[in-house]
Order: sequence, then structure tokens, then C-alpha cells
Amino acid sequence: MMEHTIKAFDADLQELARMIAEMGGLAERQIGDAVDALNRRDAPLSQSVIAADTKIDSLQREIEEKAILTIARRQPMAVDLRDVVGALRVSNDLERIGDLAKNIAKRVEVLDSELNLKKVMRGVEHMTELVLTQIKDVLDAFARRDVVKALQVWRGDEEVDAVNNSLFRELLTYMMEDPRNISVCIHLLFCAKNIERMGDHATNIAETIYYMVEGQTLPDERPKGDNTSTTHVPFPN
Amino acid sequence: MNSMASVSSSPAQPPVPTVMGRSVEGAAKLTEKVSVRNLNFYYADNKALKAVNVPLYDRKVTAFIGPSGCGKSTLLRILNRIYDLYPNQRAEGEVLLDGHNILSPGQDLNLLRARIGMVFQKPTPFPMSIFENIAFGVRLFENLPRAEIETRVESALRRAAIWDEVKDKLQANGLSLSGGQQQRLCIARTVAVKPEVILLDEPCSALDPISTAKIEELIDELKDDYTIAIVTHNMQQAARVSDYTAFMYLGELVEYDNTSKMFTTPTDRRTQDYITGRFG
Repeated sequence: MMEHTIKAFDADLQELARMIAEMGGLAERQIGDAVDALNRRDAPLSQSVIAADTKIDSLQREIEEKAILTIARRQPMAVDLRDVVGALRVSNDLERIGDLAKNIAKRVEVLDSELNLKKVMRGVEHMTELVLTQIKDVLDAFARRDVVKALQVWRGDEEVDAVNNSLFRELLTYMMEDPRNISVCIHLLFCAKNIERMGDHATNIAETIYYMVEGQTLPDERPKGDNTSTTHVPFPN
Repeated sequence: MNSMASVSSSPAQPPVPTVMGRSVEGAAKLTEKVSVRNLNFYYADNKALKAVNVPLYDRKVTAFIGPSGCGKSTLLRILNRIYDLYPNQRAEGEVLLDGHNILSPGQDLNLLRARIGMVFQKPTPFPMSIFENIAFGVRLFENLPRAEIETRVESALRRAAIWDEVKDKLQANGLSLSGGQQQRLCIARTVAVKPEVILLDEPCSALDPISTAKIEELIDELKDDYTIAIVTHNMQQAARVSDYTAFMYLGELVEYDNTSKMFTTPTDRRTQDYITGRFG
């Protein structure tokens, strides 16, 4: 796109985009580390994830300040205005993703169980990989203002939901088998739900990208596959 | 009003209003007070406007934006035929006011300028008292008793939101007022002769922010009764005060749409580049 007559305006917008990229990179690492810590019951790693969340939070505040200052100073119009509003929204989604990763890390130390977690963790890891790919793709789409890629992410969330549904059923079954599993399974349920929520934030970002480029909100409802809210598994007699 | 006049004030409307081949949202229920049709304009051999088609909807504010020399002031000058004062300037095409072509040779110019008033970039009060600044124009068109003139002067000054500031010094010279007050005095002068259309050519460019805000507030009030066209270099001002916006470039009308659409999602690349500060 053509440059602004006022060069500093371009610099402002580029700085916002750079900060989003930095925040996105941090959020990706937080997710990976949180799930690693969960997998290995690695308390020091989980502590470092909890500590690193403040960096994401402060980046979000910086982006907010920068965006508000840009609006006040440059009075952006049309595509520029959507750019600034988009940066605000995306930073909110990334901040929430960071919080969800931190929440997973917090649960690491209380996980104490006889239950062989290997099998369950395989499901959690698979879901994490899917979500991490979604987030990576949506951040790429943001950097390149790539609507086609954003729409792929937007539609791709259904797969995440499907894995979450099967994990949910599996954990319910373990709980029914032995009440001593309940505590650990509840924590793992929350972890899975957190990861599923991260996927939802990735689709929010995809919607924001669509708005930034097209100037319109996405027309139809996103395909949703999360039916854990209505899932019922009967107790075995 | 006699029956002839009422017939002439409702021109045939196209079923769906389209400008530049696109329909304009929300415009279907509106009346075109002024219709510019296929308008060309020449300063000697220099073609300043190229086949411009644009409506001014009744009791709406239409903003004209575009870089210097794009033809927006030229267009405004045609609407009340100010250009007639200059040799070698000519217009081709039609400008319909309530369905009548005001470019036709038979048009009474004094009457036209009473129906279509204009306010210029620099405040231009007459070198006479504040009272006379308003009364002068009224007397030109109407023969009214003194008491009625006074009423007309007061209501015009009130309409222009300047009454409270000048009511105790109506005999003071109009030029003794501040720039912002002078501009509102000029708007009062325009309003006093009860026009139907008001043309504002950069009315705030010489004013401070408070005076500008007062004029914008005034435009908002005036649009209940008048059809308004405003030329402005201030994009935010166009976004704030207008209902419809026309973007002009090199003598052509590039894009015309609802103001909210023009400033958020313009269709033409040149419009987008201009309003986001990428050229012009």
C-alpha cells in the first residue's frame, strides 16, 4: 500500500503490528511451555510460565496506549482506522490466550494421581498442536492481511472442538471408574477447556482480520463443534 | 403557494437513486433538491469539471472533499452562478433546482441567489453595522416595514447562534467582530433572505476550534430547514457534519456515498488514499 504523506503515521502503524507479532510469539511459547509442564509435571517450568504472563499483560497495555495515542494524534480513517481497532481487538484475544496458558500452568502442581496420564495427555497434546497451528496461522494471516488464510483458521476450529469432545467423554469415563480420579480429571478437563478456548480466540482474531481487510464483519455463523455442554454419559450399573 | 409552483417543486424522480451506477443506501426516500446532471465547466480552454453527476438531497448535508484544484469550489460556484460574473467561464450540462435548469439563459440570477445562498472561506461582512449587514439583503428582495425587518434580523442572528453575543451592539460595525463571529454574521445574512439551499465554501478554514465547533453545531441545526452543501479540506469535519460525501479528483466525481460508508469503507482506491492521508 502507498505510504502516508506523514511518515510518522506509517511508523505508528508498523510499531503496532510489530508489538502484536511480539505478543503473539510470546503467547505461542506460553502455550507450548504450559502443556510441556503439564505433561512432565515440571513445577519450575510451570512457575516460569506463570511469571512470564506479566510480560504479555504489559504488552497489551502498551498496545492499547499506542493505539489510543494514534487515534488521538492521527485521526485514522477507513483502512487505517480498522488497522488500529484491529490491533486493539487482537491484543485482547492474545492477552486472554496468555491467561488461559497461565491457568494450565497453575494446575500443574496440584496434579497428583495414581492415574496413568499418558493416554489422556496424548489427547491434550494433540489438541494443543492443533491450536498452536491455528494460532500460528492466524498470526501469519494478521501480518500479511491474508483473508484466505484467516478464513481457513476460522473454519478449522471445528477439528479442535471434535478432539475436545472425545477428551471430555474419556475423562468422564475415568471419573466413573474410580472416584479417586475425579480431582485430576477435573483439572485436566479445565486444561482441555482452556485449550479449546484458545482456539476460539484464534477464530476471533481471524474475524478481526476479515474486518480489517474487507471493512465488513463475517456474514454467517461460524461452524461450531463443541458440544461438551450438552454431553451426557450414563453411569455404568 | 399556487398550484403551478407545487407542481414544479416535485420533479420526476428516478425509481432508485443511483450515483455513478451504484445505488445509495437510504437515498430512495429522499427528494433531490438539486440535481447536477452531466456538468462540464471551462475556465477559457481549461476543462475544470468533467461530466459531473451528483444530487443534493433535500434537508441533508452533502460534503465535497478532494485535493486543491479538484473542482469542488468550482462546482459550488456553478450552483448559484457566481461564475457568470467572469468572462470566459462557461458551464455545459444541467443543474436542476426543484426540476428547473438554473443554467438556462432565462434564469433570474438575483432570484436564484436568494434561493441558493453562499458563505465564503473568508468572512465577508459588509462595512456597515451588524444590523444593516442583515437588513441590507432582506430589503433587496422584500419591502417590509421597519418592525418586521427588525424581527427578521433578530431571528436570523438567533438562527446563526450569534444573537446573544451581538444583541447589545447591533449598531457596531460588522468588521469589529471576531473572525468566528463575522462568519456566523455572514451565515445569518444568508439565512435572513430565507434561501432553500446554503452553499458553504470552506466556512471554517480561517476559524479557531471553538468557532469551528459553533459553526458545525449551526450546520446541524440548519439542516432541519435547508439543503446544505459544504466544501471542506478538513476530512474529520466532513465526516462529522455531512450525511453524504462526494470525493472529487481532477475535475471528476470519483465516489459518492453515505458519509459513514465513505469514511469507513470507501470503494475507490483513490478515495481511500485521499481520506487516509496518502496523497493530496
